[in-house]
Amino acid sequence: MSTAMTKVVQSSRTSRIAGLVAIVLILALLSAAGWADRGTLSLLMEFFCYLALAEMWNLLAGFAGIVSLGQQAFLGLGGYALFFAALRLGWNPLEAFLLAGVAGAIIAVPSALVVFRLHGAYLAIGTWVLAEVLRLIFSEVPSLGAGSGISLPVKFAKSVHLGGMHRDAVLYLAALALALITILASYLLLRSQRGLALTAIRDNELGARSSGVRIFSVKLMVFAATGLGTGFTGALLYLAKLRISPLAAFDVNWTSYMIFMVVIGGVGTLEGPIVGTLVYFILRQYLADLGSWYLIILGVVAVTVMLRLPMGIWGTVARKYDISLFPTRRRVLFDQDKPTTPGVAASSAETTA
Amino acid sequence: MKAFLDSILSGVLLGSLYGLFASGLSLVFGVMRLVNVAHGDFIVLAAFLALAFLHITGIASPFLMLVILIPLMFVLGYLLQRGVLNPALGPDILRPVLITFGLSVIVQNGLQQAFSADSQKLQGGRIETASIPLPDGLAIGTFPLLTLVVAVALIGLLQWILYRTKLGRALRATSDDLSTAGLMGVNTPHLFGIAAGLAMVTVAVAGVFTGIRASFDASAGPAWLIFAFEAVIIGGLGSLWGTLAGGIILGIAQAIGAYLSPAWQMLAGHVVFLIALMFFPRGLFPRRSE
Amino acid sequence: MLLEVSSLNAYYGDFQALFDVSLHAGKGEAVAIIGANGAGKSTLLNAISGNVKTRGAIQFNGEALAGLKPWNIVTRGVTLVPEGRRLFSSLSVEENLLMGAYARKGTDWTLTLVYELFPKLKERARQQVTQLSGGEQQMVAIGRALMSNPSLLMCDELSLGLAPVIVQDIYATLAKVRERGVTLIVVEQNVQQAMKFADRVYCFQEGHVTLEGEAAKLTADQVSAAYFGKRGAA
Repeated sequence: MSTAMTKVVQSSRTSRIAGLVAIVLILALLSAAGWADRGTLSLLMEFFCYLALAEMWNLLAGFAGIVSLGQQAFLGLGGYALFFAALRLGWNPLEAFLLAGVAGAIIAVPSALVVFRLHGAYLAIGTWVLAEVLRLIFSEVPSLGAGSGISLPVKFAKSVHLGGMHRDAVLYLAALALALITILASYLLLRSQRGLALTAIRDNELGARSSGVRIFSVKLMVFAATGLGTGFTGALLYLAKLRISPLAAFDVNWTSYMIFMVVIGGVGTLEGPIVGTLVYFILRQYLADLGSWYLIILGVVAVTVMLRLPMGIWGTVARKYDISLFPTRRRVLFDQDKPTTPGVAASSAETTA
Repeated sequence: MKAFLDSILSGVLLGSLYGLFASGLSLVFGVMRLVNVAHGDFIVLAAFLALAFLHITGIASPFLMLVILIPLMFVLGYLLQRGVLNPALGPDILRPVLITFGLSVIVQNGLQQAFSADSQKLQGGRIETASIPLPDGLAIGTFPLLTLVVAVALIGLLQWILYRTKLGRALRATSDDLSTAGLMGVNTPHLFGIAAGLAMVTVAVAGVFTGIRASFDASAGPAWLIFAFEAVIIGGLGSLWGTLAGGIILGIAQAIGAYLSPAWQMLAGHVVFLIALMFFPRGLFPRRSE
Repeated sequence: MLLEVSSLNAYYGDFQALFDVSLHAGKGEAVAIIGANGAGKSTLLNAISGNVKTRGAIQFNGEALAGLKPWNIVTRGVTLVPEGRRLFSSLSVEENLLMGAYARKGTDWTLTLVYELFPKLKERARQQVTQLSGGEQQMVAIGRALMSNPSLLMCDELSLGLAPVIVQDIYATLAKVRERGVTLIVVEQNVQQAMKFADRVYCFQEGHVTLEGEAAKLTADQVSAAYFGKRGAA
C-alpha cells in the first residue's frame, strides 16, 4: 500500500480561497464597530461570545476527548472575578477582565487534577459537580451578593471605552477578537505536534493512555486554556449584562447551548461550531418566545442530529464534498484518486483472520 | 450531642434514598458502560407521574401508584433503550453522553410545560409524621426507616437477579464480552432494553419515595443525578452494595453539613465526594481490581 | 449438505476480507481450514456466525443464514468457539458453561456430559475462569459451545498458545465430540495437526480459496504452494 502514496499535504485550494474570504469577512466585521447600531452590536457581541464558547467546548470534547458538562464553572467564575475586581478591588475594566481569564485558568488546573481521575461520562458529571461547588460557594459570599446576586455600577460600565468608541462597540470588538483568537489558537494547536497527540487521545484513549504523562499534560493544557478562554467570555457576557447571580452564572444551560452548537454543526471540526452557532442564533431568534417548548425543540433537534447525522451539518457536508476550510488533518494523496483510509481497516481485518 | 446523633441518623436514612437513586445508574453502567445523564430527570418524571395518577384515580396513597408506575417505567426504559440509546452505543463515548443530556433537557422542560415550574409534593399520609422512639430520647421516623428498608430490599432484589438467575448471568456475561454473549445466543439489544427497564423500576420507586419525603419541581433532576453519581463513585463502580454504602456516606456528609449550617448541606456532600475521588479513585468498595 | 457457502464476500468497512469463497461441509464431516495469518480464515467463521457483513449465500440445513443476527444463528445449531477463547472473565467455570445453554434448543448436551468429556472442569466448576490454565480455559470454551447443542461446531485456532501435549488432548476430545454426530470446522495454524484431524482441507490465501481436497490425498507440495503461493507477490 505504501507504494501508492505520493505526498502528504495540509492545505488545499478550497482552504486558500476560504482564507481570502475570511480576511474580507473579518475586515467587514471590524468595520461594523463603526457603523452598526447598538442593538446589532450587542447581538453580534453575544454571537461571537457563543462562538468562542462553542469552539472551546469543541476543542475539549471533539479533539481532546474531555466531555465536560461543567464549563459554566469557568464562565461563572470569569463573571464573578470581573465583578469582584471591579467592586471590591476597584480595578479598571481591562484589569478586571484580565483577572477573569486568569482566574478561569488557575482554577482549571486543580480541577483537572481531580476530575481527570474519572473517564468518559463520569468525567462529564464530575465537571458538573465542580460547577455546582462553585455555585454553592458564591451563593455564600455576602460581599458578592450571596444567593441573590449583585450589580455593577453604571459608572464602571461607562468607563469601558476605547478611543471614543461606545461601550457596545468595544465589547463587540473584544468578543470578535476572542472568537477569532480561539479559532486561530485551536487551528495552530491542531496543526502542531501536540495536536497530533490530542487526536491520538480522542481516537484511542486506551492506547494513548499508555504513553502516559505527556498525554496528561496535553489534556491539562487544553483544559486550562479553555478555562482561560471561558473565563474571559464569562467576563465579557456579564460586563454586558451588568448583573450576576450564582443561579444564572453557573447554570448548566450554558453548557447545553455550547453542546447544541457543536453537535448541530459537527463535533471535531473547526468549521462545525461556526455553522452550529449560526443555526442556534437563527432558532433562538424565532423560537425563544416559546419558553419551555424552545428548549424542548433544541433538545429534540440535538438528539435527532446526534442519532441521524453524528458528524453534524458541517461534518456531513464536508465529507460529501471533501472540503475543509481549516486543513488540520494531514491528508494522504494517492496516485489513484480514490479516497482511502489506509491501514486502519486492513490491519484490523488482518488480526482477526 | 442528641441533635448531632439525630442528624447522623437522618443522614443514614436520607443516604439510603441516594443509594436507591444510584442503584439504577450503577446497574446500567455495569451492564452496558452507559451513563444516563437524564437519570435524575426520570426520577422527577416518575414523581410527577405518581402525582398525575393520584389525581386521575382519586386514590389517596402514593405507594399504591407504584402498581402502575413500575410496569410503565419498565416499558419506557425498554423502549428508550432500544429506540434511542442502543443506536448510540459504541466506541465513541461522546454520543451516549450527549444524547442522554439532550433527553435530560427534553424531560425537564417537558415536565415544566406539563406541570408548571411550581413545587409539588406527594402526600404520604400519617406515615410521614409517625416515628419510632429509641433509647436516650432519640427517635427514628417511620417513613425514613421504610425508605431504608425498601432501598435495601430493592438492591437485594437486583443483586439476587444479577447473581442467582439466568437473566443476571446473561447480564454479567454481556458486561464482560458483548460480542461473545451474542455468539452464545444472547439477543444483546433486547437484554440492554431489559437492563434499562430494571433501572427504571428503581427510578419509579425512587421517584415515589423522594416525592413523599420532600417537595420537588421540574428542575430537580440534575441535582438528583449528581447525588446518584456521587454515591456511585464513592461506593466504587460495579458493586450495588457499594453504591448503597456510597449513598449513605453522602447522606451522612450532607446531614453533618446541615447540622453545622443549613447552607453547608450540599457543599459538605460535594466536598466528601471530591475527597473520596482524590484518595480513593476506585471508590471505597470496588468490585475487583482491574 | 449441512453447510453450503457459495461465492461469499466479506467486508470490514471498506476493506474486503473474503473474495468469492465457496465451501461446504457434509453431516458428520470434519473440515479444516488452513492458511497464513490474515488469509481470511477467522473472517469466514465470523461471517458464518453472523458477526461480519457479507455478500453471497450461506445455506445451513437448507436455510439461509446470511443477514441473521449471531444470537439467531446459534439457535439454528451453528456455534463458534472464538479465537482467544473469549470466556466471560467474571463468571465461574460452570456459569460460563451455562451461558452456552442460554438460548439452546434440544437437550443433547448437559453439564454432566460436558464434565464427562472434561473431568478436570468438574473440580473447578466454582472457580473464576481467570484462575484456569490456558488448556483448561480452552476446554471451557469448547464445553460452553457444546452446551448450545450445535450440529455444526466451528473452532478458531484451538491450539494457539497451548503446549503440544494439551493440543493433542483437545483434538482427541474433539474426535469424541464428532462421534456424537457433530460436524466440525476447525481453523488451524498447525498444518500437520489439521491434516491429521480433518477429512477435507481448505487452504486460504488473502481471502481466496487456493486449495480444496481430501486431507489424505493432498501432497505436501500442493499444500505448500497453496499456502505460500504466488498471490502474495501482487
